[in-house]
Amino acid sequence: MKHTLQQVFQSRRFVVGFSIFVAILLIVIVYPLVVPYPPLEIISQGTFFPPGIYVNVYDSAGFTTHYTLHLDGADAKRIASRLKEEDRLAMKDWLVAAGIPEDEIDTADTAKLLEQWADNFDPKTKISGMTNAQRNYYIRLNASLEGILSTERAIIAVENPETGALEEKGAVEQTDYANVGEVPNVRVLPLGTDNFGRDVLTELVRATAVSLLIGFVAGTIATLIGLSLGLLAGYVGGLMDDGIMFVTNLLTVIPSIVLLILISYSIGQEQRGAVTIAVVIGFTSWVWTTRAVRAQVISLRNRDHVNLSKLSGHSIFHIILSDILPYIASYVVMALILQISTAILAEAGLSILGLGPKTTQVPTLGLMMYWGMIYQAQILGKWWAYFPVVIVIALISFSLNLMITGLDQVFNPALRE
Amino acid sequence: MQGYLRYFGGKLVWFVVTLIFAFLLNFILPRLMPGDPVAGIVSRLAQGMSDATGVQAVYQQYTELFGLDQSIPQQFITYMSNVFHGDFGFSIAQYPRTVADVIASSLWWTVALQLPAILVGWVIGNFLGALAAYQKGVFDKVLMPISIFVSSLPAFGMAIILLVVFAVSLEWFPTSGGYGFDMIPNLSWDFIWSVIVHYQLPFWSIVFIIIGGQAIGMRSMSIYELNADYVKYSRFMGIKDRKILRYVFRNAMLPQITGLALAIGTIVSGALVAEIIFNYPGLGSTIFTAVLGGDYPLISAVMLIITLMTLLATFAIEILYGFIDPRIKAAQAED
Repeated sequence: MKHTLQQVFQSRRFVVGFSIFVAILLIVIVYPLVVPYPPLEIISQGTFFPPGIYVNVYDSAGFTTHYTLHLDGADAKRIASRLKEEDRLAMKDWLVAAGIPEDEIDTADTAKLLEQWADNFDPKTKISGMTNAQRNYYIRLNASLEGILSTERAIIAVENPETGALEEKGAVEQTDYANVGEVPNVRVLPLGTDNFGRDVLTELVRATAVSLLIGFVAGTIATLIGLSLGLLAGYVGGLMDDGIMFVTNLLTVIPSIVLLILISYSIGQEQRGAVTIAVVIGFTSWVWTTRAVRAQVISLRNRDHVNLSKLSGHSIFHIILSDILPYIASYVVMALILQISTAILAEAGLSILGLGPKTTQVPTLGLMMYWGMIYQAQILGKWWAYFPVVIVIALISFSLNLMITGLDQVFNPALRE
Repeated sequence: MQGYLRYFGGKLVWFVVTLIFAFLLNFILPRLMPGDPVAGIVSRLAQGMSDATGVQAVYQQYTELFGLDQSIPQQFITYMSNVFHGDFGFSIAQYPRTVADVIASSLWWTVALQLPAILVGWVIGNFLGALAAYQKGVFDKVLMPISIFVSSLPAFGMAIILLVVFAVSLEWFPTSGGYGFDMIPNLSWDFIWSVIVHYQLPFWSIVFIIIGGQAIGMRSMSIYELNADYVKYSRFMGIKDRKILRYVFRNAMLPQITGLALAIGTIVSGALVAEIIFNYPGLGSTIFTAVLGGDYPLISAVMLIITLMTLLATFAIEILYGFIDPRIKAAQAED
């Protein structure tokens, strides 16, 4: 046993796959301890907030200590963030259309551009070929430009509840900075929020855990069924073999997704929990294991040590357990890993079709994909809602497949280079 | 020739048996639903339907289709005869279209997408796998991890990656649909071009996945064959490398063909989900909308069609295999 493990861990592929898988497992276990937010809590009003650090504006504007920092280029950055490149080009277009020579306009020189704009822009000017929508765009742009170069501070005022008058409470200079550490309300959303307004990262970690659980449950069920049927068919043979192989061959050619869809639909949305789905997947995906175990057992059945065991009067149970199982153990482990990875993918596929577990109870990787698709996240460019999910699915499945090829190399000498 | 006939006959019998089993499955599963199936289905449908005559028609259809007053074997016969007449009843979500009509309009999109994709993927994958086994070295070292990674991706994952890179970021290809949304299917060049452009991303997302899986399988098979005794013996005999390679790859190819026959169901399943990502007007998207609309007759019929398609594909591959593998002829001749 120890020797076998040593051998397995000498395969580089296995080690890489194993490390990735353990890393995912560790993150899934440790993350909820460090970040105890409930994974399905709806925190944002509105959908798909981009990833970033969310700092409370109210707290940071008036009620924390302000530090004065003089940083180079701060003004330029502020103006740049308010005056986009396309706005500059649009301004240039207007100015050119209004009769300013093109070579006098430099979109990179903000101050000069704004000066030219202020001198020339008149919302009443009619420029031929300009639609009403474009005219309105320029009027809006003009309004937003006001005060863009001002260096005055902003006043923070509070409404007096009795008189309704505004009273000055403080002021924010353009050189004022708040220390994020001192702002009481900061929420880091490394992957933004999803269509329901949930924290994607927290949800993703929980979804990974649930999907792994589905994989384990379904994989274990499938392997157990496959192993028992394969042993029975291969060792007992005869009618038993014919019967089991008949069912196995039937289920091999009927696509498993057909069974999964029909059964999930029959179960109904209300009864579909994560474990139910796992059980359904487990019960529909054992055929491959059965076939393979049977083939292996048939080749073992007439070996000398098995015959010897038979002659010694051991029971079938004992023979299977001590003379056959050890020889196919490595294969069964590989089959189990494969089943886990297929089960995770099956859940994802089923959920994308809208037949996954109930949404309100648990997140799964497939459900996150489903809602992303329903809300067209992929077309709207909200990559954080689905791309991390695809990456996680790929990583889990890649790590498991690497482990299988690694094991294959160790236990199947014919494949070694 | 008689040996062949026996082989094909055996396969044909098996095909028919599986088909009957698939019908049975489609017949039994909805009857396992708790409660009165007709009332259950119709009440679920009625929520999505404002058309009272529609609800009535569906209810009628179902009572007739299920024929609940008859005995179970009789019900099965009624069901089979309905199916053989192409009568799957009305679609619930798209009433008054019939299920047969909905399927007829989406079936060919799926066939035209998946059949070429599977074939192209299989050919390229096997070629690359064989090359990796023969060349070894850098090519093998680079190709193998990529293949393992790509084949680990579900088809919808590959679909999303292609979609984001080539449709959303680079805008080389459209993001969704089978043809331009502003077009009506006709035989003009504009329309055909639009179909071709929309075809690319779904097609390659399926092809890449299959290449990955097939390359891994073919590489293992080829390494196995390259180490076989007959190869060494042939080398001692001084037979040219090219000729040996032909034997090796032919032998390695045979299990790959069987593998394709066995895996085709899985491939089809994956590709159906990938269709949804692209909103491709095939059977995958039909299942998706049918589930959303609680359209049981449509789901049930699509499942039958998918099973039938997979069975046909498997049958075709097995027939082909009978011609290619000389051992089958030999085995049949011995009997």
